[in-house]
Amino acid sequence: MRHGRYPFIVGFLVAPVVLYAYFVLWPYVQTIILSFQQWRGFTAPRWVGVENYKRMLDNDRFWQALQHHGIILVFLPLITIAFALVFAFLLNVGGKSKGGKTSGVWGSSFYRVVFFLPQVLAVPVIAVLFATVYRPNESGLINGVLLKAGLDGPVGFLIDKHLALPSLIAVLVWQAVGFYVVLFSAGMANIPAEIYEAAELDGANKVTLFFRVTFPLLWDTIQTAWVYLGILAFDAFAIVSVLAQDNGGPDGATTVLGLEIYNNMQQNRYGDAATYGVALCVLSLVFAAFTLRLTRRETYEY
Amino acid sequence: MSVTPESPSQPIALSRRSVLQRAAIAGLVATPAAGLLAACATGGDDEPSTDNTGAVSANNPLGAPEDQPINVVIFNGGYGDKYATDVHEPLYKKAHPKSEVKHQSSQAISTLVQPLIAGGNAPEFVNNSGEKSMDFGALVADGQLQDLTALFDAPSVDDPSKKVKDTLVPGTVDTGSFNGKPYVLYYVSTVFGIWYSGKLFTDNGWTAPKTWAEFTGLCDKIKAKGIAPYAYAGANAAYYQWNIILTSAAKIGGADVLKNIDNLEDGAWKVDAVKQAAEAWAEIGAKYNLQGAEGLKHTDVQLKQNQYQLAMYPSGDWLENEQKKDTPADFKYQMLTTPSVTASDKLKSTALRATAGEGYVVLSKSKNPKGGLEYMRQMLSKAGGKGFTEVVKAPTVVLGSTEGLTFTPGTQSSQDALKAAGSEVFNLFFDGWYKDLDKEARTATNELMFGRIKADQFVERIQKKADEIKKDSSITKFKR
Repeated sequence: MRHGRYPFIVGFLVAPVVLYAYFVLWPYVQTIILSFQQWRGFTAPRWVGVENYKRMLDNDRFWQALQHHGIILVFLPLITIAFALVFAFLLNVGGKSKGGKTSGVWGSSFYRVVFFLPQVLAVPVIAVLFATVYRPNESGLINGVLLKAGLDGPVGFLIDKHLALPSLIAVLVWQAVGFYVVLFSAGMANIPAEIYEAAELDGANKVTLFFRVTFPLLWDTIQTAWVYLGILAFDAFAIVSVLAQDNGGPDGATTVLGLEIYNNMQQNRYGDAATYGVALCVLSLVFAAFTLRLTRRETYEY
Repeated sequence: MSVTPESPSQPIALSRRSVLQRAAIAGLVATPAAGLLAACATGGDDEPSTDNTGAVSANNPLGAPEDQPINVVIFNGGYGDKYATDVHEPLYKKAHPKSEVKHQSSQAISTLVQPLIAGGNAPEFVNNSGEKSMDFGALVADGQLQDLTALFDAPSVDDPSKKVKDTLVPGTVDTGSFNGKPYVLYYVSTVFGIWYSGKLFTDNGWTAPKTWAEFTGLCDKIKAKGIAPYAYAGANAAYYQWNIILTSAAKIGGADVLKNIDNLEDGAWKVDAVKQAAEAWAEIGAKYNLQGAEGLKHTDVQLKQNQYQLAMYPSGDWLENEQKKDTPADFKYQMLTTPSVTASDKLKSTALRATAGEGYVVLSKSKNPKGGLEYMRQMLSKAGGKGFTEVVKAPTVVLGSTEGLTFTPGTQSSQDALKAAGSEVFNLFFDGWYKDLDKEARTATNELMFGRIKADQFVERIQKKADEIKKDSSITKFKR
């Protein structure tokens, strides 16, 4: 029955490959072409060579955005994974062990729902929520309490240049933690209970259990989480666009590449927008390649 | 297409075959569709519309083809779209019963209209306004807009012996002109100033200040009452404040200060007038601000004013209509013009910035641009102007169209101020021409008003941006 096998396989592949090429790969190529052109969206594009790239490299906002991606890239995965690991550990093996069986802390099934809740909200909804949480007067959630407690003036979470980006990262962490708690919980469920049992018999306390058993055996899952969060760090557009002051402000203190793309599009500078898009694409690819390289490590067989 | 099995004994081969064939059909169907969609990504080629003209008559001086439809797109924002469906479109239909009006409205004009333009289906008449409006400069540079000279030179609806442009508030044609040619009809008469509650001021015996000393004196009194004297919304409306700073600058140094800024003249931002104005307002920002104003949106700040927690707020005369729902019945919006900064100001304290706002265009690549022009001519009739004002409570650029109408207190106050200003009325255009410069001015204004930079750095950094734009060959330049 070898006869007709290849046409059969090809037949299955043609339609998806053509669709994929047309709808995914071709737009990529178009974007790259567009990044060498000037186009306002009304008449035919005009070829300008590397002019758009030069303008981008000369623009302070581009370098600011890169810097912010760097900061988010370091802190967002680190903080999110740290929180998620601790919570997942507490939810799954943090409680008392009964008859050799480990379980989560009291009420862990309730916490699981609470942690996951932010994940089901859309980012703009969260941004609007946090606009109220951070509002710099007595009607803000945090500042309202602080001012009642006798603070002189409100804390400018989104106004202060040094606070604005950390405030946005905090929102991203708040939203992301729930998902990774679930992810890590699933990973932990795969770790055989006997290993914990054996470690406990040997006298390991909870801290040792976490660092010597859970962490190494979860390494694969953590690696995946790192890549996901890294990609999230290259996005961050929605939260900045809705929550930050004055379009990535104050004075560009929270801008990201996605926002610069958007700003250029708003000014009908589609060529420049494409240029920023190419930069973002290259950065994401470099990041993915790097992480996969760096985190390559033997997995534990069990 | 018939599907016949090769041999009845090979049912499996049959099903594979038919699967293949179906896949092939699916491929055939999908590919042209994909081609169509992909073609949209960078738009079609230009198709200049054929010279589409109907018979010229007294009722139809522009020669719009009577039997062809026009597509009307209205921005459904602060003014809604009721004025179009209830006033302007019926006026057009009455004059040209055979021409159908296809109405659409949207809160995101560019999202709706830009794909139509790229796809060769440009609507005739567009109310290009709102946050998602299309860049006028880009539209002009790409030749998408119909030259409105023919409209302004056509006989008006009410009095055929008068040209349309002679029935409008002076300056209307210039406001919508790019390098001397009119492309945009700005329809709504807009006055800018500082707004306050008439009730709050009367109750406390406060009066509108004319000099800077009176202004700061008043701010002190207001502050002593526990009310924030003056604020604008830093989070998203910093341009309300650069508008005020530049209004002061124009009063100190004359209206040419603004003309030089618009024309990107060297050092236009660094003249003493702008610096002095920035200094004066920075002091107000430092001393008399509303708590947390930098982090608030315009809706928050405007609400604070309605709750009597803020005394004065810079805005245009759309404010009263915008706040209708939140304003206490006896609030009584009033407008004051920016007080004189120095005793030797070139313009009087009554001088103000006024403009025609809300832009309407006819797209030149649409099928029936003459019909679009005719729609505009109907809009500019007295009945068109009066109907608009009745629906949205804002005066239009049509002279005499407000006769017999009574205004709300705010509009009355700003119309009185416009009259008092006499010939000392000025305008500025750089924000519409160079969006980048507007952005920089907004950011710099927040930096200045919230005390992070001084007036010198304020003018320095905006000047730097203006110089960059001047040098950038990819940006179309405009002059006035």
